[in-house]
Amino acid sequence: MGEEFVALSLPPILIGIFASIACAIPGNFLVLRRQALIGDAISHVVLPGIVLAFIVTGTVSTWPMILGARLAALVTVALIEIIRHMGKIEPGAAMGVVFTAMFAAGVLVLEQSDTSSVHLDVEHALFGNLESLIWLDATGWSSLTDMEALRGLPPEFTRMAVTMAFVSLLTWVFWRPLKLSTFDEGFARTLGLPVVAIGLGLVIVAAIAAVAAFDAVGSIIVIAMFICPAAAARLMTNSLEAQIAWSIAFAVISAVSGYVLAGYGPVWLGFENAVSAAGMIATVSGVILGLASIFGPCRNRVGLRG
Amino acid sequence: MLLEALTLQLGYNATLVTIGSLLLGIAAGATGTFLFLGKRALVSDAISHATLPGVALAFMVMVALGGDGRYLPGLLVGSAVSSAVGLLCVSALSNRTRLSEDAAIGAVLSVFFGFGIVLLTVIQSMNAGRQAGLESFLLGSTAGMLWNDALVISLGGALVLCLMLLLRRPMTMVAFDPEFAAGAGMNVRRIELAVMGLALAITVVGLKIVGLILIVALLIIPAVAARFWSNRVGVVVILAGAIGGISGYSGAALSATAPALPTGPIIVLVAFLIFTLSLIFAPNRGILTAFLRHRDFQARVHVRQGLLALAQGQPIYEKLTLRLKQKRGLIRADSDATEAGRAPAARALLDERRWQLLRSDPAHEGAAAHYDGLTPLESVLTKDQLAELDRSLGPEAV
Repeated sequence: MGEEFVALSLPPILIGIFASIACAIPGNFLVLRRQALIGDAISHVVLPGIVLAFIVTGTVSTWPMILGARLAALVTVALIEIIRHMGKIEPGAAMGVVFTAMFAAGVLVLEQSDTSSVHLDVEHALFGNLESLIWLDATGWSSLTDMEALRGLPPEFTRMAVTMAFVSLLTWVFWRPLKLSTFDEGFARTLGLPVVAIGLGLVIVAAIAAVAAFDAVGSIIVIAMFICPAAAARLMTNSLEAQIAWSIAFAVISAVSGYVLAGYGPVWLGFENAVSAAGMIATVSGVILGLASIFGPCRNRVGLRG
Repeated sequence: MLLEALTLQLGYNATLVTIGSLLLGIAAGATGTFLFLGKRALVSDAISHATLPGVALAFMVMVALGGDGRYLPGLLVGSAVSSAVGLLCVSALSNRTRLSEDAAIGAVLSVFFGFGIVLLTVIQSMNAGRQAGLESFLLGSTAGMLWNDALVISLGGALVLCLMLLLRRPMTMVAFDPEFAAGAGMNVRRIELAVMGLALAITVVGLKIVGLILIVALLIIPAVAARFWSNRVGVVVILAGAIGGISGYSGAALSATAPALPTGPIIVLVAFLIFTLSLIFAPNRGILTAFLRHRDFQARVHVRQGLLALAQGQPIYEKLTLRLKQKRGLIRADSDATEAGRAPAARALLDERRWQLLRSDPAHEGAAAHYDGLTPLESVLTKDQLAELDRSLGPEAV
């Protein structure tokens, strides 16, 4: 059991945890700034980005795809801003116009190009492939200390761990300006903080987290993890520090229990096949949010209804 | 023989799809306008993603009852039920908790979609041999559409259009001013629900053609594009319907010409093209007109300031001013006023003096509010008032 667990289940669970935390931390600020749907928009345009990278390089390799997705995310944010300001359109509608059109372009190009020989399709970008990230070199718990075996970890493992560390580090370093500009932009501006740059930086960090996560776990976890843990945490506490701690806890719980339920739940119920882990993690995070919205101690708006 | 029959069949099918897309586009564009005007465009994103678990559950129920799991009306009913549940979740989260509406939308769309994917994988393992083909609802698929399916889509589109015509007045009022609508005795909540219900109906009807990820584009893009052309609700609704209809029709027709042109993305891209053209070329709100207006304003300011400088004998150094004035024949190459330039220069100076006097007198406060450095005072005051003003200006200035 231990051997099988370390080889087949531990890496995907850890990757899921890393991805969830990397998305949940910036998600807290996005939810507070009412920009929660930026994550939604970014994860839709990851598809045209990777398709573009595939067209340019002709292969399905990781770094060009990540670069392409990052480029697409930046183009999207820029386009949304342009349409918002030049066309005087409200942000939600501007976002809706841009990401749907880019997603449509991605699907069209994908259908046009010859991608049948390689593993690249819309569903992969949406659902990811968490279950396939296994660690073949593992022979048991002892492998965790064996450098030779550790080298055989899936590359997504290192990438997500680095991304999570990067996101956490940035949040820690820029904690005060980030917090100030999120809660009181006017005050932050009078202190001389570059609020526009901070806002843009936040969106870019979110895009980096989303892009790194999509290829391991799929867009659906990215959207769910940007919003659900942070929103649930918001209903639990009034302090930002505690909110971030709650959101990380919720993200970890969703990732672990989602993966376990998807992998072992159907077997317990007597079915043979596992269900989608990405979908189950998103579902669990939704259940947590539902519970928080019913029982959370800070669920009401201050000054309204008790 | 077989080939001919197939082509005929293809032509017939393509016609069905095209007409269905036309009706769907019109209904979606017109309905989306009310969502957009109420600043709730992205609610449709939650609605559309929330259809997935319903489709999957309906399939499972129909199979469990021994029927054909792919029966379209059954799937549509399932999708309608689950997206209605999603809609209720969005409104519960944003009304009853302190979460903002965008967080509620994002949470509902990702969770419902994730749950839908879980159900899809369950279905895949349920009948391992038989492909359910439910993935086609993600991006739409018009290949192999049946007469009955097309009929359902066309009737649904027409029905939504009729309902929208009936409800257009209350929906307009609620979109612009919910407080006033409530004051006028309308049930705002119920009308908002009706708007959402229409959007939901469009989503459900459009699932088969456009797919659930892109149907939201058909609700948003035509409305946003139409908004550039008019400030009147009625006109925007009609324009949005027309843009949606054109996109649906030409998109579906285009995609029928080649096998690798999926219908949904083509329809969305046609709509986006119309949006881009509107963004650039629309009168008043378009980027091009805004640019031209800015250029024109800039030129007027430069000419005016140049004329004032001329009249007062001050040298002009600003290059753009010099170029503009030379082009208009007001100055010569050595920056001296031409014959034609002297009269407007004197007029500009007189106008500026009159304005100065006017603005220093509190009695003319109302007229002084029109001062922008460009408007001639003649267009603000009557002749008598001007004469009165000139009397106190003194003879040497006039």
